[in-house]
Amino acid sequence: MSSHPIIEFKNVSKRFGDTSIFNDFNFSVKENEIVSIIGPSGSGKSTLLRILMTLEGIDGGYINVNGESLWHMPWNGSYVPASNKHLHKMRDHLGMVFQHFNLFPHMTVKRNITEAPMRVKGLSRSEAEKNAEDLLELVGLADKADSYPNDLSGGQKQRVGIARALAMRPSILLLDEITSALDPELVDEVLDVIRNLAKEQRFTMLLVTHEMYFAREVSDRVCFFDQGRIVEEGAPEDIFTSPKEERTKAFLNAYLN
Amino acid sequence: MEFGEIVSVLLQGAVVTIKIVAMALPLAAAMAFIFGLMRLYGGFPLKQLAVVYIEFFRGTSALIQLYWIYFVLPLFGLSIDAMTAGVIALGLNIGAYGTEVVRGAISSVPKGQFEASVALNFTPSQSLRRIILPQALVGMIPPFGNLAIELVKATSLVSLITIADLTFKAKSLADMTLQVGEIFGVVLLLYFVIAQCLALCFRYLEKRLSKGLGRGGVK
Repeated sequence: MSSHPIIEFKNVSKRFGDTSIFNDFNFSVKENEIVSIIGPSGSGKSTLLRILMTLEGIDGGYINVNGESLWHMPWNGSYVPASNKHLHKMRDHLGMVFQHFNLFPHMTVKRNITEAPMRVKGLSRSEAEKNAEDLLELVGLADKADSYPNDLSGGQKQRVGIARALAMRPSILLLDEITSALDPELVDEVLDVIRNLAKEQRFTMLLVTHEMYFAREVSDRVCFFDQGRIVEEGAPEDIFTSPKEERTKAFLNAYLN
Repeated sequence: MEFGEIVSVLLQGAVVTIKIVAMALPLAAAMAFIFGLMRLYGGFPLKQLAVVYIEFFRGTSALIQLYWIYFVLPLFGLSIDAMTAGVIALGLNIGAYGTEVVRGAISSVPKGQFEASVALNFTPSQSLRRIILPQALVGMIPPFGNLAIELVKATSLVSLITIADLTFKAKSLADMTLQVGEIFGVVLLLYFVIAQCLALCFRYLEKRLSKGLGRGGVK
């Protein structure tokens, strides 16, 4: 694993109206690192991913992705807010899987997966469909290519969501509470897919999750978030077996017992 | 006058009515989309322009709009034949209502669909065309169907600017023959049949478009 940071937050601030989510926030992720973000709701975990996916802007500071500024671009020797074109280029590095799947209901599973590679990346139909077949195989849904999302179970939908994000070949995959909307018995089929991806360590993964055992199992590093700050971070073993901060202990106790 | 003759004269009028509907409906749809999208996504001046259009055409009488286009505009040197004036007035009027239908349907597409489009790096226009509009269209069809029927009924206004539509023919026949019962009975039925045909078309469209969406009928 290289030590080059692929994601860097520098003194980032983010507000929603009068509520400050991040203030002078610093955070970094190394290339191919798998980082889990845990913590109570409203602590800014999802906002962190949404800022990276350019779904939310920032109010201050800088973010680098792959060595380039995400929300700013160089112009006449200084940095100015990013243009749509710059954001379009930067999004190429990133993919996201959503809590509520957000599959396109008017397209078959196959088209959900091929549409963006064809329209955005310019892949030919045959290339895109070949990829989609491989990805559906990977997530165990090869027989569902021609189904519509509304005919799938929640777990199946989310596996399509993962395949759709992977089809764009992002170097960073953002997973936003991907099992929170699922019935308990469907959680494992989705986590298994991520487990397999994690084993290969071919890309960077940043996951916000409430599945503590899962976070412990797949992550290189776990960050405990509270009120827009990283209260504690470290190797999963350390965080889960011997947390140092009172706040972390209280949170994990409430979750694991 | 014989009943068969009455029907045949009225059918001539019905053809004119259908012609007006066939021309005003596409105009109304175009106006609805253009101004609906402007209202949603336009910069400040475009948004304001859309609001002015919508409020003006919804807020004033359709008949007076028709009179303006046919009788008043010529005073400013802009002469338009009766048919064109009728189509423009009705198209703009119904289009103003349609604008709100377009806006409402697009706004009701879940936010997650817009977010997924961003995450997959679609450009805004790709996302609108390929992701948002196909879903929004399904929701537009029933209210558009209502507006289409409103349009059919509103076409009777054009009889007041010399167009020999269904209403015009009925009135002149009634003046001539005094057989008001038969005449207006047939007229009622003809308007109803035209409206029902349109309603049927819209129901078919709705079924076609709702494929996979799990609402509005068949999958």
